[in-house]
Amino acid sequence: MTVIATSPRFKENAARALADAPLQSALAKVKRGFIDKRAAAAAALPEFEALRDAARDIKDHTLAHLDLYLEEYEAKVTASGGEVHFARTAEEAREIILSICRAAGARTVTKGKSMIAEEIGLNSHLEAGGITPVETDLGEYIIQLRGEMPSHIIAPSVHVTAAQIEQDFRRVHKTLDPGRDLSEPVKLLGEARTVLRQRFLAADVGITGANFLIAETGTSIIVTNEGNGDLTQILPKTHIVLASIEKLVPTLEDAAQLLRVLARSATGQDMSVYTTLSTGPRRPGDVDGPERYHVVILDNGRSAMLGTSFQDMLRCIRCGACMNHCPVYQAVGGHAYGWVYPGPMGAVLTPTLIGVDKAGHLPNASTFCGRCESVCPVRIPLPKMMRHWREREFERHLTPATIRSGIGLWGFFARRPTLYRFATRIGVGALGRLGRSRGRFKWLLASRGWTHHRDFPAPQGTTFQARWRRERGAGHGA
Amino acid sequence: MTTARTDVFSNIRRSLAVKGDERTRLQIVAERLDRAPKGVIPARSQVSGEALIEVFRAQAEAALATVRVVDSVAEVPRAVAEFLRDHNLPATLRMGDDPRLKAMPWGETALEMSQGRSDGGDLNAVSHALGGVAESGTAIMVSGPENPSTLNFLPDNHIIVIAAKDIAGDYERVFAKLRAAYGKGQMPRTVNFITGPSRSGDIEQTLLLGAHGPRRLHVLVVKG
Repeated sequence: MTVIATSPRFKENAARALADAPLQSALAKVKRGFIDKRAAAAAALPEFEALRDAARDIKDHTLAHLDLYLEEYEAKVTASGGEVHFARTAEEAREIILSICRAAGARTVTKGKSMIAEEIGLNSHLEAGGITPVETDLGEYIIQLRGEMPSHIIAPSVHVTAAQIEQDFRRVHKTLDPGRDLSEPVKLLGEARTVLRQRFLAADVGITGANFLIAETGTSIIVTNEGNGDLTQILPKTHIVLASIEKLVPTLEDAAQLLRVLARSATGQDMSVYTTLSTGPRRPGDVDGPERYHVVILDNGRSAMLGTSFQDMLRCIRCGACMNHCPVYQAVGGHAYGWVYPGPMGAVLTPTLIGVDKAGHLPNASTFCGRCESVCPVRIPLPKMMRHWREREFERHLTPATIRSGIGLWGFFARRPTLYRFATRIGVGALGRLGRSRGRFKWLLASRGWTHHRDFPAPQGTTFQARWRRERGAGHGA
Repeated sequence: MTTARTDVFSNIRRSLAVKGDERTRLQIVAERLDRAPKGVIPARSQVSGEALIEVFRAQAEAALATVRVVDSVAEVPRAVAEFLRDHNLPATLRMGDDPRLKAMPWGETALEMSQGRSDGGDLNAVSHALGGVAESGTAIMVSGPENPSTLNFLPDNHIIVIAAKDIAGDYERVFAKLRAAYGKGQMPRTVNFITGPSRSGDIEQTLLLGAHGPRRLHVLVVKG
C-alpha cells in the first residue's frame, strides 16, 4: 500500500479529533446536512423500503453471477470500441493507468471523484511518473491542496472550514490578486470554478470512477452534482474509468433501481444533478467526447470476500449514509479511521483490504447502536460484520491483554449464572449506595478511559436480571 | 495482462465455488440480460397528459431548474430570448446540428446564433432532449453532432427543449426508447440525465449553484 494507514493508531487519532475545534464545528453540521435530508427524501417516496429490498436483491444476484456478468460487460465494452484492463492489485492498477497516460503523451490529467483512486494511491504514483493529477470535485480539490485524504466518501472536505479553504486558496492560487475578497463560500466556489476550468480544457487524460457498470450494454455510470466528472471525461482525448469488480449490475433497469436509493441515501436528493452513462469512445460524426475509452477493473482482495461472511459488504454503493448516522463518526470524523474508507463501512472494509492486524481497532469503534444498518440502502448487516471482525481479532490474539483478561473474567461469571447474579447484585448495590446522592460518578477506580470524557451513571435500584424477573412475573404470572 | 484477467476470473470462481460453464447459471444470466425485468416503479409518476407535465415541472423546480411550457415549436426562440433578457444575459446562443432546433424561427429574435460544440467560451446554449422523466424532473440528453455533450456542461446558462410527448413517467420508459432507437444492448456514446443546474455542497455543506457546469438550467416543454 502506498497510502500509509494510521488505522493501528485509532485511539490516538480519535483523541486528537475530539480536541480539534475546527473539526468539531465542521462535524456539527452533518446532522443538518445529511441526516434530515435523507429522512425527508425517504419519507417522500412510499416505495423507498421496497426499493431498498430490490437494491439488495440486485446486488446479491449480481455477486452470485459476477464472473458471467463481468464477461458480458467486457465483451460489450470491446464491441463499442473501448478497452478493458484487469488489475489484481493496487500496484497493477496504478501501472496500467500510468502506462495509458504515457502512451497518450499526457502531462496533466484531470480526475473525477474516485474512492478507488484513493485506495490505490493513484495521485502520488502519477506524480512520481512525471504526470500532474488535478482533482476536480471541489471537495477533492480542497483536500488535494491540503495534502490530505478524504474524511468522507461523498463529502471529502467535510472536515474543513471555509476559513481554512480561504487560506489554502491564497497559498496556492498565487497569480491571483492578493487583495481579492474570499470572505463568502460563493466567492471560494467562483475561484475554484475559474481555476479548474483552465485545467479541464488543458488536460490530456481524464480519469473517473464509476458508480455502476452495466453488463447488458458495456456502460459505465458516474453520478455527480458539480458536473466535474463530465468535464473530466468529455474534454480530454482519453477517458479512463477506474472501477472495482463489485460495481457490476446486469441491466439498465437494475441500475435505475439502485439510482433511486443512491442519491436519497447520500444527500437526500431524489436524483443527483448529473447521472451520466458512457459507452465507448467518440462515434462517427461526433464533434466532442474522448477518442479513446479505457476501463481498469480492480480486484484488490474483493474476489476473496465472495463466499465468505463478508460478501454482503460488496453490495455497498458508497452513499455514505452509514457514516452520516454513526455516533462514532459524528464524534471523531473520517481521518481518525486512518485509511481511505471511514465510518461503519470503512470499519468493515478496511480490515479486508489492509489486514485485521493493521485495522483491527476499527470494528471496535462502534456502539452497536445499529443506525448504520437501519439506513443502508442495500441493507448490509454492518454491526454483524463488525462483530465478525472482533471475533477474528480475538481469535488471532490481536486484542490487548487487559481487554482479554477483562473479557475472560466476565466469561468466568457469565458461565456461572448463580455466581453472576450474586456478584452483580453486590456490585450494583454498592455502586448505587455510593453514587445515589448525585446519580453519577465523575471518577471511578480503573475506569478513567470512560470517566475522562463523560460521567458514569450510578445504578438506580437493582440489577437488570432482578427487575426482569420481577416485571415478567407481574405481567405474565410466570 | 492476460494473467491478471485470468487470475481475477479464477479467483471469483473459486470463491463462488463455480466453474463458469454451469448451464443453469448461464441460462439465468442470459435470461436476465434479455428480459431486463423492471423493479419497483414509484407511483408518483404513473399519470398521463397534463398531470404528467405537472409532475415533471414540480420535480424539476424542486431541483432548482426553471420550467416554462409553450404551445408550439414556433414559440421556442422567443421564449429563449425572454429568458436571456429576464436574467440580463447577452443575446448570444450556441447550438448543435439538431434539425428540430434548426427548423425553429430564430430569425424572429435578435439572438446572435452560432453552431457547434462548446470550447468553453460560450455563455448560453440550447439543446434538444431525447425526452424527460417526470419522476425526478430529469432531462435525457444524447450525445452526437445534433446536441454535442459539451453544450450541456461548459456554458453558464443551459436551455433544454423537451417535446411534451417525450416526457415519460420513469427512466424505464426511456430505456425502452433507447433500445428501440439504438438496438438491444447498444447505447449512444453518452447519455446525460440532467436534474437541475450544477451545484456543490463541499464548502461547509452550504448549497451553492454553478460549481463546474451551468449556473442556470431552463427547461422549455413544447406542447403540440
